[in-house]
Amino acid sequence: MRTGLWRWLVIPALLFATAVHAETFEKTLGNGLKVVVKEDHRAPVVVQQVWYRVGSMDEWTGKTGLAHALEHMMFKGTRSVPAGEFSRRIAAAGGRENAFTSYDYTAYFQMLDKSRLPLAMKLESDRMHNLLVPKKEFDKEIQVVMEERRWRTDDSPHSLLSEQMMAAMFEQHPYHHPVIGWMSDLKKLTANDVRAWYRRWYRPNNAVLVVAGDVDPKEVFSLAQRYYGHIPRRPILETPDYTEPPQRGIKRIVVKAPAELPYMIMGYRAPSLHQPSQQWKPYALQVLAGVLDGNGAARLNKSLVRKQQLASNVGAGYDPLSRGPDMFTLEGTPSEGKTAADLEAGLRAQIEKVIKDGVSEDELKRVKAQITADQVYKRDSVFYQAMEIGQLESLGLSWKDIPLMLQKLQAVTAQQVQDVAREFFTDDNLTVAVLDPQPLKGKQRLMPEGGANVR
Amino acid sequence: MFANQTFTWLATVFGRVMAAGLAFALTLVATNAYATPHIQHWQAKSGAQVYFVEDHGLPMLDVAVGFHAGSGFDTAQKSGVAAMTRNMLNLGSKGLSEDDISRKMADIGAQLGGGFDQDRAGISLRTLSNPAQRDQALDIMASVLQRPTFPEKVLAREKMRLVAKLKDQQTRPEAIAEKAFAKAVYGNHPYGLPSQGSVATVKKITRNDLVNFYRKHYGAKSAVVALVGDVTRSEAEAIAEKLTAQLPEGGASEQIPPVTMQIKASEQRIPNPASQSHILIGAPGVSRTDPDYFTLYVGNYILGGGGFVSRLMNEVREKRGLAYSVYSYFFPLQQPGPFRIGLQTRKQSADQALAIVRDTLRKFIEQGPTGQELKAAKDHIIGGFPLRIDSNRKILGYLGMIGFYGLPLTYLDDFPAKVEKVTVADIRDAFKRRVDPDALATVIVGAPDEKKTEQPK
Repeated sequence: MRTGLWRWLVIPALLFATAVHAETFEKTLGNGLKVVVKEDHRAPVVVQQVWYRVGSMDEWTGKTGLAHALEHMMFKGTRSVPAGEFSRRIAAAGGRENAFTSYDYTAYFQMLDKSRLPLAMKLESDRMHNLLVPKKEFDKEIQVVMEERRWRTDDSPHSLLSEQMMAAMFEQHPYHHPVIGWMSDLKKLTANDVRAWYRRWYRPNNAVLVVAGDVDPKEVFSLAQRYYGHIPRRPILETPDYTEPPQRGIKRIVVKAPAELPYMIMGYRAPSLHQPSQQWKPYALQVLAGVLDGNGAARLNKSLVRKQQLASNVGAGYDPLSRGPDMFTLEGTPSEGKTAADLEAGLRAQIEKVIKDGVSEDELKRVKAQITADQVYKRDSVFYQAMEIGQLESLGLSWKDIPLMLQKLQAVTAQQVQDVAREFFTDDNLTVAVLDPQPLKGKQRLMPEGGANVR
Repeated sequence: MFANQTFTWLATVFGRVMAAGLAFALTLVATNAYATPHIQHWQAKSGAQVYFVEDHGLPMLDVAVGFHAGSGFDTAQKSGVAAMTRNMLNLGSKGLSEDDISRKMADIGAQLGGGFDQDRAGISLRTLSNPAQRDQALDIMASVLQRPTFPEKVLAREKMRLVAKLKDQQTRPEAIAEKAFAKAVYGNHPYGLPSQGSVATVKKITRNDLVNFYRKHYGAKSAVVALVGDVTRSEAEAIAEKLTAQLPEGGASEQIPPVTMQIKASEQRIPNPASQSHILIGAPGVSRTDPDYFTLYVGNYILGGGGFVSRLMNEVREKRGLAYSVYSYFFPLQQPGPFRIGLQTRKQSADQALAIVRDTLRKFIEQGPTGQELKAAKDHIIGGFPLRIDSNRKILGYLGMIGFYGLPLTYLDDFPAKVEKVTVADIRDAFKRRVDPDALATVIVGAPDEKKTEQPK
């Protein structure tokens, strides 16, 4: 998707953003499929995304990784489209396609020349209700998923730490489990498990179809009716309501992995955004994340990396968009000679400073300037505009909330930022995860005779 | 500071394929059926080449300035000077501290970025086009490009950070493989140097090295300015002048030494505790202006560039479930950049996967693609053309590339015909001449059996 030969590094947009929404339209088909169309005529292309309101948080202990395993199997054949054929047809139409799974949702997308939307709809609607999950294909594909887990998590010290951090932070809520699943569960999953998952969750009334690009909304609605309209509605099962038990004090975990540098994450429990017009704290936390790490002049980098040289990298993150409980994270890599404890002290000092002295009007203005600019920048990407809509819709919010959410962000005051820092940055809300780097075995790796004990 | 280093757990989404392999393989293709952007080109008074696409669709402006200042201009003794020079540009300029630079950009929501590879180094800017924001952003960009100060204190810190990062990378299988692969393919050629330098060389970098490198390699005459967005031609002219009029003398050769094309077959097995073996296979490939380039590009789409529909993906992943990602690409540079195949698989499968990859490559070179495969490749490349130029950011990338490598302004318009005329015989012929399966470098990090290790000379 990038024009890859020459990769410009650009600081990414921090907070979610929007444009004028006059060109967005929605309609719900008779079978409950919600269709949202975003017109953007800057280029003759179209993006189709189908978002299912099901993610890894709907799994249970012993069956983790199901949502993601099904995502892989969605390319492995329906009654009329054999395994691999979906990708072949999209490719032959000049399209690009992929899919992704998160804790909260599972989504599929294609990007094509605008004339090829009917093909994409035909294929996507087919696999909404005709998937086969052949055992033979599953047995191979689950190996691919295990390779993916090795590559993404097992061999990546930072990912391992994140995984353990989530497991420590969330005790009851299924955010406890990694999206990709525990390896021991992946080894036991069966094609039957995946089929059952598919039958349970994949239905038009549990999905949102987002189409963005150089299209006529009326035509899109009529195409959607034609390709998706006949898929039967089926009841949506109730999902359990999880209530994380109260935390009774600071939690600390250590993960050992082969690495040179330590790394640490501090995660504070925080609220997520479910009622955009009622709540104010998630907005204040977003602005706080911006003040700490939202731009080149933000506090953490300026103080801890540049001035004190305590860390070689630092960051802060908070994303209010979540079906379940949320967290505000601070993380970083200590400078050489500094420890994770040194960095924790440095990060805590930054937090104390916000709690004690608040944030300046200049800092607020800067964060808000970025939000304003991002409204414009994001319109350079049709894909991103569709993502924004799909994500909100699959979390139970609406694209129509975007202007209100922006307004609320712009209205955040310095006092509110200080208030949320005081409320949520407490030790009883905190989990600290530290990567304890382990030297590589066989440091003599460049000497061919010497390194025989690697495994 | 960058999002990918920030732990944003909600964004932890799992895609079906690793994007990196695919992203590399993209080059542009056009077809006359589609409107290509109207590219205006001129030379600024400073001598810089300017490429401009006027587009008032959004109130924003993207600008990039590139120089012949990539790691290909480093020396083995001081590898990392090129990257550090680029990195230090935005960390202090005359009258502006690094804090001033980042604060003034942040105040107006502008984004200062940049790019760096073996050939090229540069700075990019994204800003709102409203004069209030645009002028301030361009003032800063002009300052960092033309009046960098390379402050000693900042350099000391950046060296410390980079050394720590490089030490950490020495434990990461991907990074170990990259480094060993570059060395195995390019030997002592500068394309074989680690692009950011090594621990030993970075420690030796002095402020003088940066000042000298900057003076020689950031001259206006070798600068390429690309602009896309909401400004007029006369505004674009003024901007190009403002960004380049005070650039240093320059004068260093823009030429990177020729590459030794024929390498000896080698296989390195490097132990690592990771659960997967990281495998890279390749040799010097093609230059950006190579007449075989389009043929090889189309052929490679079939071999390993076409994501889920490529032969390598089919053999290794789809048929056998041996890897999550497997790909091949030609990375065209001023001098022949690498042809490369890559994959990761669990250690126990490494030898099997390696044998399959080698076999797939050998068959492809011997027999070439089928007519059906070629048709599918052309359909994809030509039919997907609009996706390659559907945003200002993508267009900016192409302007920079066209300008930097001196490609014709009609590059985008010409491409479809060049793709269309590629035949099965052309691909077979070009691969036979350009990829020798018996003269490839192979690197396996996290190898299943390190007894076979041979160190290449």
